[in-house]
Amino acid sequence: MLPEYYYLTLSAILFSMGAMGVLIRRNAIIIFMSVELMLNAANLAFVSFARMHATINGQIFVFFVMAVAAAEVAVGLALIVAIFETKQSIDIDQMNSMKG
Amino acid sequence: MSIDIILFLGLAVVAILSAAGMLFSRNAIYSALFLIINFSAIAVYYLILGAPFIALTQITVYAGAIMVLFIFVIMLLGAEQTGRTPASWWMRPLGMGLGALLILESLYLIFTHLHSFPQPIEIIDGFGNPGQVGEILFDKYVLPFEIISLLLLVAMIGAIVLTKKKMKR
Repeated sequence: MLPEYYYLTLSAILFSMGAMGVLIRRNAIIIFMSVELMLNAANLAFVSFARMHATINGQIFVFFVMAVAAAEVAVGLALIVAIFETKQSIDIDQMNSMKG
Repeated sequence: MSIDIILFLGLAVVAILSAAGMLFSRNAIYSALFLIINFSAIAVYYLILGAPFIALTQITVYAGAIMVLFIFVIMLLGAEQTGRTPASWWMRPLGMGLGALLILESLYLIFTHLHSFPQPIEIIDGFGNPGQVGEILFDKYVLPFEIISLLLLVAMIGAIVLTKKKMKR
């Protein structure tokens, strides 16, 4: 069994790469995927803490995070489709007006 | 080197390279496929960490359902590529710099608090299997579970309302 910090380090690296993706990409779908990557990095930290403390609660929390992520993806992709219908683009530089 | 660390490092290479491929590929379909590889690698980590139920949920919900939804939307919109004109020349270096700063800070915090992490406790047989997860989920966490079902219903209605064509008045 490897010590905790191996998994936390990997989790931190993946989270930061997701944050970097949100900052540097302009395609709304890829920004959304980067958010999913960040959620997964946090889930990895939760599961490794659950393993270290030998309690199941961390895994239950990961289950809830997955359910919320599924709901978020459904609504978010519907929003992207709706924006694409009015703007004909999903470049976030085009989304600069509140009403569309 | 033990088999544990070889397995960990091999999977870490897969996870980090596929995340980098997701960030830097020009085509959104390739990004989605790279992200599926990443999710699968993380599912193997869950198996190593004694969470078989979460690992298989990761494969079915994330790598299966969610990413297929992404690929459907990318293909539906035909939006694989976006324009290459950069918004401002300083945005990309600034984003990369801030991301690197986040990595360095979090690694600094982890490696200066090494002594405060718990030592791994031996787990009992059957830790994290669907039976045990279900028992706790429907006993201690039954209210959040019900709220999640309501949330999924609201998300479904929201997705339908948002993508519905406008009625002609």
